[in-house]
Amino acid sequence: MAIAAVLVILAGILLAAGLCAASPQTANPVPSIFEPHSTPAESIFHLSLFVLSITALIFLVVATLLTYAIVKFRNKEGDAQREPAQVYGSTQIELAWTVIPILIVVVLFLATARVIHAIQDAPKPGAAVEVTAIGHQFWWEFRYPVLGVVAANELHIPVSDPAHPTPTFLKLLSADTDHSFWVPQLAGKTDLIPNRINESWVEPHRTGLFLGQCAQYCGTQHAKMLLRVSVETPGAFQAWVNAQKQPAIQDEKEAAGGRVFETTACVNCHAISGTNATGRFGPDLTHLMSRDTIAAGAAENTKENLRLWIQNPDAIKPGSLMPAMQLTDADLDALVRYLETLK
Amino acid sequence: MSSDAMAIRAAEASGKPWVETLHEWVTTVDHKRLGILYIVFALIFLIIGGVEATVMRIQLMRPHNGFVSPQVFNRLFTMHGTTMIFFVAMPVLFGFANYLVPLMIGARDMAFPRLNAFSFWLTAFGGFLLYFSFVGGSGLYGAGNAPDVGWWAYAPLTARAFSPGHSSDYWTIAVLVSGFGSIGTAINIIATILCMRCPGMKLGRMPLLIWLNLVMSGMVLITITPLSAAQIMLLVDRYLGGHFFDTQAGGSAAIWMHFFWIFGHPEVYILIIPCFAFMSEIIPVFSRKPIFGYPVMVGATVCIGFVSMSVWAHHMFTIGMSSYSNAFFTLTSMVVGVPTGIKIFNWLGTMWGGKLIFKTPMLFCIGFLFQFLIAGLTGIMLAVSPFDWQLSGSYFVVAHFHYVIVGGILFSLFAAFYCWYPKITGRMLNEFLGKLHFWLFLIGFHMTFDVMHIPGILGMPRRIYTYEPGRGWDTLNLIVTIGTFIQGIAVLVFVTNLIYSYFKGPEAGNDPWDAWTLEWSVSSPPPEYNFATIPTVASRRPLWDRKHPEDPDSRYE
Repeated sequence: MAIAAVLVILAGILLAAGLCAASPQTANPVPSIFEPHSTPAESIFHLSLFVLSITALIFLVVATLLTYAIVKFRNKEGDAQREPAQVYGSTQIELAWTVIPILIVVVLFLATARVIHAIQDAPKPGAAVEVTAIGHQFWWEFRYPVLGVVAANELHIPVSDPAHPTPTFLKLLSADTDHSFWVPQLAGKTDLIPNRINESWVEPHRTGLFLGQCAQYCGTQHAKMLLRVSVETPGAFQAWVNAQKQPAIQDEKEAAGGRVFETTACVNCHAISGTNATGRFGPDLTHLMSRDTIAAGAAENTKENLRLWIQNPDAIKPGSLMPAMQLTDADLDALVRYLETLK
Repeated sequence: MSSDAMAIRAAEASGKPWVETLHEWVTTVDHKRLGILYIVFALIFLIIGGVEATVMRIQLMRPHNGFVSPQVFNRLFTMHGTTMIFFVAMPVLFGFANYLVPLMIGARDMAFPRLNAFSFWLTAFGGFLLYFSFVGGSGLYGAGNAPDVGWWAYAPLTARAFSPGHSSDYWTIAVLVSGFGSIGTAINIIATILCMRCPGMKLGRMPLLIWLNLVMSGMVLITITPLSAAQIMLLVDRYLGGHFFDTQAGGSAAIWMHFFWIFGHPEVYILIIPCFAFMSEIIPVFSRKPIFGYPVMVGATVCIGFVSMSVWAHHMFTIGMSSYSNAFFTLTSMVVGVPTGIKIFNWLGTMWGGKLIFKTPMLFCIGFLFQFLIAGLTGIMLAVSPFDWQLSGSYFVVAHFHYVIVGGILFSLFAAFYCWYPKITGRMLNEFLGKLHFWLFLIGFHMTFDVMHIPGILGMPRRIYTYEPGRGWDTLNLIVTIGTFIQGIAVLVFVTNLIYSYFKGPEAGNDPWDAWTLEWSVSSPPPEYNFATIPTVASRRPLWDRKHPEDPDSRYE
């Protein structure tokens, strides 16, 4: 049965690998830790292969011995009365199965210590992009202090060329409860803990969209605190930065919607640069329409979803901290039209 | 016939009113009755915790399922974890220890019978308090009822800002109260083992079950204490303006993690060591050989006891500790695998060259050995801290610790039920239902928990009430859910067997398994005073000596 167990696990890993074997050009929606595309995730992957082979070997040896014992020493019919030889132990054998595991532990530990050092104590190159990620119930705030950009939920970073590495170094903070930043294909997870500064880094080797989500239970909507990391060519990344640095577009045609925004509770939580909306509790909306999703990845960023989200957030994400705005249909439509101008 | 059955029948015979029988059970200080109370209490909570797990699995069987709301889901996993650890695993193991320890060391009761009763009722009160939160938890705020902070209750989720109402207080006080109960029982077990052994039973002649329960009780004393301290600090935070864990006022979330896990990791060993104890008694009897390497087994257990106190921060590899801390806890977590491995090898050595009898208790032992082996190996993977940065907080971890708790602890408990039920009730469990239970549970277990590793590898975090479609998790979660139902059916077979055999099972006699420890020398169920005359022992297997006077163990020890 244990053999079957391992077969199931192996089959699963193969299945996982199969799912990951999508075309390399399109974004792969399966965030498998066994398909890494960034330096820390790759070193972890190589270490994990080593650990998996050692543990598989141990399993094979012990399971074979156990199976052999079960088959070989099962009680035969007819000699129910005879007791087997009473053996109390053997110092040599017991010494052997103490020393061998100790040696295995030494090897595993040394291999692990190397990777811990390589990832945790990696120096930050001068060309590194700096991002401060702040966990909120239940969304992500990304601030680029050097570049002067504030974004939410969708992290944009440049791909790193091995000749001129441009890794991204993340400073991880929390505004409320514990969260954890986890994009499996880029790096292992690191928690965001209030009153504490944590660090993590990624160095992606190919462009594309990488999915992840909060990995530390943080409250009601922990499940829909999703993460999207868009890895872009240096040119595309620079263009994104330039666009994000612009103040919000002021479209006179949708001034009515802007007034709705600025005269209701929206401004308590959201900021739109160039207006009097400077709230910090929710995501910055200056370039809302540059994002693919709303509500931390819970819904696509479409007109219908925006309308629904403002009218009744619980329909998309029950328990989120965005209140239902109770607007009239006319105000709601104007507001959505205004938000759609925030390119 | 169990003592309660006897009581009921005696009551019927003597026309005693049921109130009086109830009164006898409520006021009892007999270690056997308290053991049964502990076990029955745990079985009731096992059913409750199992139903909670099933509801969660129904919710997760497909993406964007709407079976329960996120609020209810979060309460379910909090209650499931708290229930299973504090109100199923701990009480059932204490129940067996209570029942077996005096019988196996030739004593007539525990050292402190009234402390024993007090400890049980504290634990029971804790359990009822936890579930009373469904009624009383909302408080004046109309906030959620049952606790929804996860069974680790990480700060600052438990701060009043994030947990209004009283649900977290019910959790805190339930755990605190049952913790006092655990400390009382641990003191009692230690005192009983050290002071009440029958003549001739030196420390080196105690059955391994006794040794392992001694180590377990010592660990309870050391580790429940910081947990209780942390619960009191949390209450001070919530009601007396303290700021230990209140991050909004400069408190530390990480301190709570340290307090919790310095309890939480040894707790795993507190639960598994008594299960090692069952293995170390059942495997020899059903292999017809003495335990292989008794002194090494004792040494390995004591070693686990000490080393397991220094591994707790492997639950915290992702919180941003320094590389030296991560390396240290990687090393200690791997080292604890060595004595654990020795135990598996020694059980294998016990079976080697024996005559294996595959009655239901032995079947569950075999299941335990394979599953505990796999759980240990995935544990090695999680000890590798960089690997853990990927696996921690994912469904891989959930699968790993359920492999330990269900594949290890629950399997060994089932083995213990099938082995000692005849002693406790005087009747054998039905062998056909037992085998059906074993095979159904085995299939369900592997369907659920083997498959559950994979979504974790594919990036699925734990404690999410729903997930996005198309990430490769959908089919796997469906299979996991189906396995849960098979396990549920198996548990129903088990409960049916317990009830059916209680009335219809064949009489067990004193010693149905031809075993070697003292509890099998008295009638089933044992008389209230256990031993008419206190026995004297000359070896680790006193009944072997009696059955084989020509070749007693005492000659070799």
